[in-house]
Amino acid sequence: MAPAAPDFSSVIRLEGVQKYFGAVHALRDINIAIGRNEIVGLIGDNGAGKSTLIKVMTGVLAPTSGRIFIRDREIQQSEYSVRMAHDLSIETVYQDKSLAEKQPLWRNFFVGRQITDRFGFIKIKQEKEVARQILIDVIGFRSAGITVDSTVGKLSGGERQGIAIGRAMHYNADLIVLDEPTAALGVAEVRKVIDFVRKIKNSGRACIYIEHNLAHVHEVADRLVVLDRGRIVSQVDPKDMTVAELTEYLIGLQHEH
Amino acid sequence: MAHGSGESFVQRFEALPIIIVFVLLLALFMYLSPGVFLAPYIYTTFLSTLPPLILLAAGLTFVIGAGEIDLCFPSIIAFSGFVFAVLFKEYDLGWLAVIAGLASGVLVGFINGLIIAKVGIPSFMTTLGTQFFWAGMATVLSGGKSYALRGVEESSVWQWIVGRPFASVTGVPWLQEFSIQALWTAVIVGFLWLVLTRHRFGEHTLFIGDSNDVSRVVGIDVDREKIKIFTLMGFLAACAAIILTLENKNFFGNQGQGYLLTAIASVLIGGTSIFGGRATILGTLFGCLIIGMVEAGLVAAGLTGAWVRTVQGLIFLIAIIFYMYVDEPQRRQAFVARLGSFRRFGSARAAE
Repeated sequence: MAPAAPDFSSVIRLEGVQKYFGAVHALRDINIAIGRNEIVGLIGDNGAGKSTLIKVMTGVLAPTSGRIFIRDREIQQSEYSVRMAHDLSIETVYQDKSLAEKQPLWRNFFVGRQITDRFGFIKIKQEKEVARQILIDVIGFRSAGITVDSTVGKLSGGERQGIAIGRAMHYNADLIVLDEPTAALGVAEVRKVIDFVRKIKNSGRACIYIEHNLAHVHEVADRLVVLDRGRIVSQVDPKDMTVAELTEYLIGLQHEH
Repeated sequence: MAHGSGESFVQRFEALPIIIVFVLLLALFMYLSPGVFLAPYIYTTFLSTLPPLILLAAGLTFVIGAGEIDLCFPSIIAFSGFVFAVLFKEYDLGWLAVIAGLASGVLVGFINGLIIAKVGIPSFMTTLGTQFFWAGMATVLSGGKSYALRGVEESSVWQWIVGRPFASVTGVPWLQEFSIQALWTAVIVGFLWLVLTRHRFGEHTLFIGDSNDVSRVVGIDVDREKIKIFTLMGFLAACAAIILTLENKNFFGNQGQGYLLTAIASVLIGGTSIFGGRATILGTLFGCLIIGMVEAGLVAAGLTGAWVRTVQGLIFLIAIIFYMYVDEPQRRQAFVARLGSFRRFGSARAAE
């Protein structure tokens, strides 16, 4: 766990980040900073580069060029990885890639940072005990018949997002990245997820929230960042624009293509 | 229901279905050929002949659990067996020959892993290619010759790896036949069971088999773990090669060929998912016992050897369908639905 530096202006900052996939220019000259207790909504059409951008931020993909600062300190690109992002208190909740389906919940909570002895053998009892606490205290699953031994495949979409967000909160992340957490969820389940996003904000953390549904993200975000064809085209305060105006604006971008 | 208890019945008791099948088959063979299956010698024979199969299948449990496949190991049995045999016989290197044999298997497995993880060729293609390459190398280097290891049972290598430690015990003839490779195999398989169920590496293996994408985002170095898995497979195949060569007191170029399907079948009969993400060493062990027992049991029951593969293939298919039913409810429903529409189709035709 990295010590929380008392004074930093942004949790993460990208300067001049470019990403190519072969000949495809997926991210063009990205400059963005995320404040310490800010919910940033990332919006844009399919293929705008939203997912690529957060993958670069969270160490899954290396940028082709550009600089990454975490808590104002520059990160060596060659060293940056998912594990390092975890160590620097950045957690990601992917739409459908956060949890492994056939594995029990307790393994999903700890995979990648298992509690082990020095030979690498997992302390199963301890992991299950902590997992039980996360399930009850952080996520608030008490009666749904879900235990730490349940396999992920048996959970509903909303339950899975709850598990993944709860896991991120348990690890005391400064920044939680949510990649379309409400895609393919029913109305009641969406409510739960939005409540989780509020919990993130109330606990003093920052959050990047990628969302297709503009109404959802407009409701909780402090700032909206609009991506189009790999470029940040504008940053909007949700108070200055209604959902309808925002929709108009995004459709306008489409017609420029 | 299963939701409420968290774990399903099958999950809670590892490999339970296959253990039941094993016991039933054993009872059947005891009934059919009591002279063979109620005497101790068949079991001491198993202890000397099954270890190579069990070691291969244990390694394959990791490979298949990770959602990959290895077709190369029969050639490692040929190649590493050759490296060991030639150094042991022609150069008289003793234990160094054992180490060289193991190292050659590790190297072949490591190269497989590199091609799969770093170059990104699917494991099926990679190991199909390397299978031909290393089998070819073994044939070229050995000149197609076999190496008879005459007098090998005098060496400490033979005595320690495949010896009969109780040969001098009098009065208990079956104990004299006890072969020590069974003990080494038990130790290795026990250790691998621990690794798969409670070590970080085992957990990573199953997560990779579940989904490469999920594994990457939770911080598993997928490429490195895959290289480790194929290297482990190479090591275990080399162990099998050396045990086999010493037990036969002979090296011959195609000594690995019989193992390809029996090892894969043992793993899948045991309950490891062909789709990856779920694997059981205990199940694999019983899968091997069943495959071995069917072979001995059919011959003892008076059927010719030609029947053995047929029946093994049948058991294999039944096992696959059974696991599909138990573990993949969506597939089961789809299957039942298809069956239903098929039946309706049939009755509609009859009505015409």
